[in-house]
Amino acid sequence: MALLEVRDLTVVFERKGEQPFTAVDHVSFDVEPGQTVGLVGESGCGKSVTSLAVMGLLPRRGARIGGTVNYEGVNLLALSDREMRDRRGRDLGMVFQDPLSSLNPVIPIGVQVTEVLERHRDMPRKKAMVEAEDLLDKVGIPDPRRRLSEYPHQLSGGMRQRALIAIALACRPRLLIADEPTTALDVTIQAQILALLKELVQDMGTALVMITHDLGVVAGLCDEVNVLYGGRVVEKAQRHELFAQPRHPYTHGLLNSIPRLDAPRGEKLSPIRGSVADNIPWEQGCAFAPRCPNALDVCVQRTPEQEDVGGGRLLRCHNPVQPVVTEEVSV
Amino acid sequence: MVTPTRKKDRIDALAASSGESDAGVSLAASAWRTLRRSPVFLTGATIITLFVLISLLSPWLAPQDTAEPMLIDQVVKARNEIPPPQPGHLLGGDLQGRDFFSRLLVGSQQTLIVGVLATLIGLAGGLTLGTLAGALGGWVDTVVMRLVDVMLSLPSLLLAFSISAMFARPNQYTVIVAVAVVQIPVFARLLRGSMLAQRSSDHVLAATALGVKPGAIVFRHMLPNSLGPVIVQSTLVLATAIIDAAALSFLGLGNPDDRVPEWGQMLGDVQNVFDTHPQLAFWPAGCIIVVALGFTLMGETLREALDPKSRR
Repeated sequence: MALLEVRDLTVVFERKGEQPFTAVDHVSFDVEPGQTVGLVGESGCGKSVTSLAVMGLLPRRGARIGGTVNYEGVNLLALSDREMRDRRGRDLGMVFQDPLSSLNPVIPIGVQVTEVLERHRDMPRKKAMVEAEDLLDKVGIPDPRRRLSEYPHQLSGGMRQRALIAIALACRPRLLIADEPTTALDVTIQAQILALLKELVQDMGTALVMITHDLGVVAGLCDEVNVLYGGRVVEKAQRHELFAQPRHPYTHGLLNSIPRLDAPRGEKLSPIRGSVADNIPWEQGCAFAPRCPNALDVCVQRTPEQEDVGGGRLLRCHNPVQPVVTEEVSV
Repeated sequence: MVTPTRKKDRIDALAASSGESDAGVSLAASAWRTLRRSPVFLTGATIITLFVLISLLSPWLAPQDTAEPMLIDQVVKARNEIPPPQPGHLLGGDLQGRDFFSRLLVGSQQTLIVGVLATLIGLAGGLTLGTLAGALGGWVDTVVMRLVDVMLSLPSLLLAFSISAMFARPNQYTVIVAVAVVQIPVFARLLRGSMLAQRSSDHVLAATALGVKPGAIVFRHMLPNSLGPVIVQSTLVLATAIIDAAALSFLGLGNPDDRVPEWGQMLGDVQNVFDTHPQLAFWPAGCIIVVALGFTLMGETLREALDPKSRR
């Protein structure tokens, strides 16, 4: 049994007098213990909403959530507020995008680490402080004792993200969700943080759900990748297969739009045309069709179903990129 | 405010104006750097320091007993004449023959007590209501905010009069209560606004994602981050409270025991002789104005220094 089984997760935002908005549409994925699973897509594809739904952090009012999220066989969506609160931070940890705004500006780092230890592990303050020092040391913060009494603004960006990771892992959760943990950091720090996450996940046997728009992050970290478009999973594959042979035109486009050092100078980047539509038109045809270079007539007439194309790969496309012609297809 | 000319000042000003990322303690530190060089703030701070020192030390500073009608002979002999300034009595006497200068000095005590207590009580009430509304939301928020709207729709002084008049025997404590109640809605509304902003902030979401209990979220994560504007407001409210309290005493809604001097009451006592002896009104009125001005100068500069948006 997988550690986390997300089945047909659907999130619909409803507001009085407005069209309901389907942000996540029947998303399913599994996370095995110790595995790293990527959720990839551009802004607005529903990846962050998926993570908030799993953590039970979406507002009660205004968001209708369907499907199941089973954690060790327990459906998290059916738990009461109190039960869910006891699990957050203990069984499921989360690391957010912007480390500065995710830390409380008026409380020293040490108190923010011990808060979660006192909450979930019933540690007395003194013991929690010792543990906090160990945690900061483990995430590579130099001179952790001094840092405990410092405020978030006194730390550098990379250090803040390390502190946030320490807080998220303080109670040794079996699942960690990282929502674009490196987006707000510069490139050298990004690499350090990713290496740290990789190391911690391996050491502690924690499963990791990595949410990102950065395929470089996916390439370095994830075992399995789910590519989301318009709230649905359009392609799911093991990392190596995905990078070697992207089948969905969207995945293909994403990979092609990464600038490459070995490309001839002066060659233009090939971005995917257009941007994600506001409301997701999956009802009639494929939502990606208007932007897709492979679009056929059938793509705007019939919604593509998710198919198993072998090798553990799932694909939602009428006219996927053919493996043999990968090199020739231009966007 | 004076335009900073030194390069260091300009950089400080720039750093403070881009202050969004400059959170918490560093914002306070940069505000202090600005304030230290602001002549307006220093003027206000000097006035307030002097005022507080005088009121604390007035029992020793005052040259004469404030309750003793030692110049009453002069009042009676000259048929309701006001004793003029004379050796030992710098500003002469009042209608009862008491030393005017001493009463002016000791009067600062009542002003300080009333101002500070009324502000603290108003702050406590406002914090309670604002926290309830901002933290619980929903119908609690609606009820509290409508109540606040009703109170704010009345002129504050008029409301203070009405509250004072409800007490059978007005005294210095009823003044404090009346002035305090009037300040509650100001604080409540302000706090509720910043609490709402905190509720949707990233660090509150992050704390929620750690399973922190709702009580701890409110009191450890939301409230401390919402207090900045409220603290600034309380310096401004001190000025209002002092003026309101003086107005209540002037109208006879203050302490009936006139042996304890109070500036508003001193003003009220002399209104019949104002055209012949304006100096008796000038001194207490001047004191009220200067002290209120001191708090306002301090509060306004503090607000500007802490709020990057109000900078020019």
